[in-house]
Amino acid sequence: MDGSLLVAQLISGLTSAMTLFLVASGLTLIFGVVNVFNFAHGSFYLLGAYFAYQVVAVSGVNFWAGVLLAALGAGAAGMLMEYFFLRRIYGRAGEAGFQILLTYSFILIIDDVVKMIWGTDYKSISKPEILSGPFSFGEVTMPRYDLVVIVIGLAVAFGMWAAIKKTRFGRNLRAISSNREMASSLGVNVPLTLSLVFGLATALGGLSGALSAPVRTVTPGAGIEVIIGSLIVVVIGGLGNFWGALVGALVIGEVTAFGILFLPQWAILFSYAVMALVLIFRPEGLLMKRGAVG
Amino acid sequence: MSGPKTGAKYGRDEWAQWGIALVLFAVVPLLGKKYFVSMGNEILVMGLFAMGFNLLYGVTGMLSFGQAAYYGVGAYTVGLLLSKGVAPFWVALPATMAVGGALALVLGPLCIRLSGVYFTMLTLAFAEMVWGIVFKWYDFTGGDNGIQGIPMPELLQSPLRYYYFTLAVVFVSFWLIRRIVASPFGAVLQSIRENPERTGFIGVKVRRYQLAAMVLSGVFAALAGGLFAGYQHSIHPDMLHWTKSGEVILMSILGGVSSFFGPLMGAAVIVFIEDMIGKYTEFWEIWIGGIMLAIVIFFPRGVIGTFDTWITRWRDHGKHAGTAARP
Repeated sequence: MDGSLLVAQLISGLTSAMTLFLVASGLTLIFGVVNVFNFAHGSFYLLGAYFAYQVVAVSGVNFWAGVLLAALGAGAAGMLMEYFFLRRIYGRAGEAGFQILLTYSFILIIDDVVKMIWGTDYKSISKPEILSGPFSFGEVTMPRYDLVVIVIGLAVAFGMWAAIKKTRFGRNLRAISSNREMASSLGVNVPLTLSLVFGLATALGGLSGALSAPVRTVTPGAGIEVIIGSLIVVVIGGLGNFWGALVGALVIGEVTAFGILFLPQWAILFSYAVMALVLIFRPEGLLMKRGAVG
Repeated sequence: MSGPKTGAKYGRDEWAQWGIALVLFAVVPLLGKKYFVSMGNEILVMGLFAMGFNLLYGVTGMLSFGQAAYYGVGAYTVGLLLSKGVAPFWVALPATMAVGGALALVLGPLCIRLSGVYFTMLTLAFAEMVWGIVFKWYDFTGGDNGIQGIPMPELLQSPLRYYYFTLAVVFVSFWLIRRIVASPFGAVLQSIRENPERTGFIGVKVRRYQLAAMVLSGVFAALAGGLFAGYQHSIHPDMLHWTKSGEVILMSILGGVSSFFGPLMGAAVIVFIEDMIGKYTEFWEIWIGGIMLAIVIFFPRGVIGTFDTWITRWRDHGKHAGTAARP
C-alpha cells in the first residue's frame, strides 16, 4: 500500500467528514438551543439534494446559485415544520418522546413526498466544469470539488463559531440555551429565535445534501442513512457541543474512509465500533464535561 | 405519561377484555375467508411484538427505536435453524427467545449508558448495525435475498392450524406479560418510568432493572419474529429495518401505552390500514406518518386511550348522578 493511496483516502475521509459535519452541527445546534432532537434532520439533507437536482439539473440554473437555493429551501421547510408542528408540543409532559415521534412522522412524510415528486430512480447532477478536474498540491493530488467542499465545511464551522460567540443573535442563542424563561423575561424574542435556529440548522442540512448531490447519487431513503451517521457523530463528540460535532465528524469520516480500504464490506461497522467504545469509556462524548449526561 | 394500572387482582373489566379478545381471535378464521386467517395471524404476531415493546416503553418508560433488531433476529433464528436443518421448529421457536434475550444482553448495557433521547437513538443505531450485518452477510443470512421455503413440521403446515398455534403462543405470552407487569418486579419498572432518580434513591439498581426490561422485551419481540417466519415460510432483511421499529411504536401509541391491550388494538388497526392502503397506493408511509403526526398533536394519550378516558368519564358521571338522586 503506497503513500499516495493513503493520502487519497485521508482526503476522501475529510470530504465526507465535512458533509457529515454540516448535518451534525445543525442537529447539535437544534438540540443545544431548542432542546429538540430533530430525528428528521437527515430528511432536510434529502430535500437539499433534491432541490439542488431540481434547480440545477432540471431548470438549468448555475450550480452555486442552485446550491444556495436548495439550502434556503430546506431551511424554509424546517422553519415551517417548527412553526406549525413542533411548537405545539414544547413543554408538554413527556416531551422528548413526542419530539421523536413527531419528527419521525416527518421522515416518513418527506420520504414519500420526495418519491411522489421525483420518483424512486437514482438522480445525479454534474459538478461545475471548473471543479471536475484534479487539484495538485506538490505531490498530493485531490479532486478539486473535494477541496471546495472541505473549504466550505471549515468556513461554515468558523462562521458558526463566530456567530455564536460574537454576535447579538449568538448571545441570544446562548442565553436561551442556558435558561429559556430568563432570556425571555430579559427581552429576547424566544419563539422567533427558536424558529430562526431551526431554519439555520435545517439549511445547513440542505447545504450538505446539495453539496453531496454531485458526488453521491441522490435517492429517497438517504435521509435515514444521514441521520444515523450524524447521530454517531454527535454521540462521539457529545450532543449539544458544537466542536464535538466537528471532532466526531472527522473521526467518523476518517474511520469509514480507512475502513473501506481494509475491509470494504464491513466498513460501516467501524463507526459503530468507535461509537460503542466511546459509550463504554466516555458516555458523555469526547468533548463534554464529565457528568453532563445522566 | 401514565402506564398500565397495576394490582395483582384482575378486575371484572379486565376479565371481560381477555374474554372478548380471545373469542374474537378464535372466531375470525371461522368466518371462512383465507384472507382473514393471514390478517389475523399478522395482527397476533404484531400484537405480541407491540405488547413486548410496551413492556419497555409504556411500563418502564424507555422509548426504544430498535426493536426490529430483536424481531428480525428471532425470525432469522427460525429461518436459519430450519433451512439448514440444524434443529426442528419445536426447538427453534423457543431458541428465538434465548437469542433475542442474548442480543439484548449485548446491546442493552451499551444503550442504557445514556438516557432519554440518547437512549432512543442508540437503540436505533445498534439496530441499524444488526440490520447491516444481516443484509451484508450473504454467505450466512442470504443477504437481501432473505431465506425462502423454510420447512415446517407437518403438524403446522396448514395455515389454519398454524393460526391457532400462534393464538395459543401469543395469549400465553400476554398472560406472562400481564404477570410481569403486576408483579413487584413490574412495580419497580413502573416506578423507574415515573422517576428513575428517586427509584435509585430507595436502593434500586435502576440500570439492572432497565436491562431486565430490555431483555424481556427482546425475548417477546424475537418470539414474535419466529412466529412470523413460521407462518410466512420466508424472511427478508426488511424485517429488521428501522421502519419496523417505527411501526411497533406507532401501534403502541395508537392503542395507548397505558392500557394493557392498547398495543394489540393498535396493531390490529395498523395491520388493517396498511393492508387497505397497500391495495390502492404504493405511498403508504405518508399515511403512517400522517396518522402518527395527528396522534402526537391531537391525541397524546393514544386514540383508544383518549376514547377510554371519555367513556370512563361518561360512566362515572352517570354513577354520580345516580347516587345524588338517591335520598
